[in-house]
Amino acid sequence: MMDFGFKISPSSTINLDKVDLEKFTRLHEIEPDVYKCMACGSCSSTCPAGRFSGMSLRKVILDLQRGKEKEAVAMMKNCMLCGKCTMVCPRGINTRHLILSIYRIYAEDEK
Amino acid sequence: MKENIVIIGGGIAGMEAASQLLDLGYKPIIIEKSDHLGGHVAEWNCLFPDMTPAGDVVKNLVTRSAGANIFLNTEISFVNKLKDSYNIMLSNGISIITKIILVTTGFSLFDASKKEEYGYGIYDQVITNKDLEHWFNTGDDKRVGDCGMNAVGFVHCVGSRDEKARNSQCSKVCCITAVKQAIEIKQKFPEAMVYCFYMDLRMFGKKYEDFYISAQRDYGIRFIRGRVSEVSENIDGKVIVKAEDTLSGKPVKVTLDLLVLMAGMVCCKDSTKVANMISLPVDSDGFLKSRDNVTGIIEAPKEGIFYAGACTGPKTVPETLAEARAAALNVHLYINRMK
Repeated sequence: MMDFGFKISPSSTINLDKVDLEKFTRLHEIEPDVYKCMACGSCSSTCPAGRFSGMSLRKVILDLQRGKEKEAVAMMKNCMLCGKCTMVCPRGINTRHLILSIYRIYAEDEK
Repeated sequence: MKENIVIIGGGIAGMEAASQLLDLGYKPIIIEKSDHLGGHVAEWNCLFPDMTPAGDVVKNLVTRSAGANIFLNTEISFVNKLKDSYNIMLSNGISIITKIILVTTGFSLFDASKKEEYGYGIYDQVITNKDLEHWFNTGDDKRVGDCGMNAVGFVHCVGSRDEKARNSQCSKVCCITAVKQAIEIKQKFPEAMVYCFYMDLRMFGKKYEDFYISAQRDYGIRFIRGRVSEVSENIDGKVIVKAEDTLSGKPVKVTLDLLVLMAGMVCCKDSTKVANMISLPVDSDGFLKSRDNVTGIIEAPKEGIFYAGACTGPKTVPETLAEARAAALNVHLYINRMK
C-alpha cells in the first residue's frame, strides 16, 4: 500500500449502545458499592504499583463500564493486593475485595 | 391592626408569609397573576429528598393562608409613590394604598428551546424537567411511556452556569432534581438504562449526598461527567446524544428513547416589571438586589419593601419557606417601629 505518511485510525468514540454490561451487572450484584465510585482518584494516587505499571483502579472501574474489558484486566494484573486503596477510599468501597471480584468475573475466560 | 400589607405573588413564599402574618393578627393581601395559588410547586409531583408530595405542601399552605385577601388573575397595572406610601393600581380596577410591599414573585424556568443544540421543540423525544413532572402528575404525555423506555438521559445545567445563555448562576436545585427524577424513572421502568450527563454535581443540602449515592448504588443510575454537545434524531425517532466522557478523555455516544433537560431558574419577567415600578435595583445576576446579600437578603434597599423566595436568586423549597417566615417577622417588627 502506498505510504502517504498518515493512516486512518479507528474512531475512539465510546458507543454506549454497543457496550455489553452483562458481566458488569454480575459484578454489581456481588459488589453493589462499585457504583459508588465517584472517580476521585484517591486509589490511583496512593497505589504503589501505579507509578511504574500504569495500574489505576479508578480507570479499571471506568473502563469496565465503557466496554474496555481487556484494557482493564491487563491493568489489574499489576495489582499487588496491598490494600492501600481501601484505606484511602472516601466512599468506603472495599477496593481489595472489589479487585478480587473483578478478577473472578472478568479474567475467567483466560483460565 | 389596619396596616395594609401587599404580597406580590401567590407561590409558596407568598402563602407562607401570609399565613404567618395572619397568625400575627394582620390581614395581608395576596396578588396572584394566574388563576390558582402555589406557583411552580403546584406543578411539581414530589419534592426531594424525602419524596414529599408537592400537592400536600401546597394544599396545606392554601388552607393556612385562606384568611388573607386573595386576588387571583390579577396583575399590577402601575404603582404611584406617595409621600410615605405606595398606591398600587391592580388590573381589576382596585387600588390599594400601602406602606409595606412583600415581593414574592419567584423565578421563571429557563426556556430550554434557547439551547438549540439540545433539540427541545425540535425533536419529539426531548422534554424538560417540568414536562416530566407534568407526566408524573397526570400521565398525560405521549412522549413518555409510549416509547419503549429502554434508555433515558438527563442533561444537567441547561441554561445554568452558561454565560452564552446569559445565566452565569448555578440554579442550585437541578442536580438533586435530576437525581430524584432519575430514581423515579428507574422505579417506573426498572429495565431502563438511565444516564445523567453532568459538569459537577452539587449535593449541598441535607441528605442530598445520600440520595445521590443511593441513585448510584441501589438504582444503578450512570453518571457521565461531560456536557452534552449535540443531540440528533435517528430514523426510528430516537435521539442520539454526543458528549465528551471527560473521565475517560474520550467522546461518548448513546441512543436514547427520552432525553430530559434540567432547565434552570432565571429571574421572572414579572419580578423585573415590579422592580421597575417601585424603582428597585437588579443585581448583577439578573435577580432582585437585596440590601445586603449576607445580612439582609430579605430586605430591599428601600424602606418598607421586603423579599422572600426565588425573586432574589435560586432557592429550594425549605429555603423559600424559611425566608417567607423571616420576612413576615421583619414586616411585623417594621410595623411596630412605625408606631
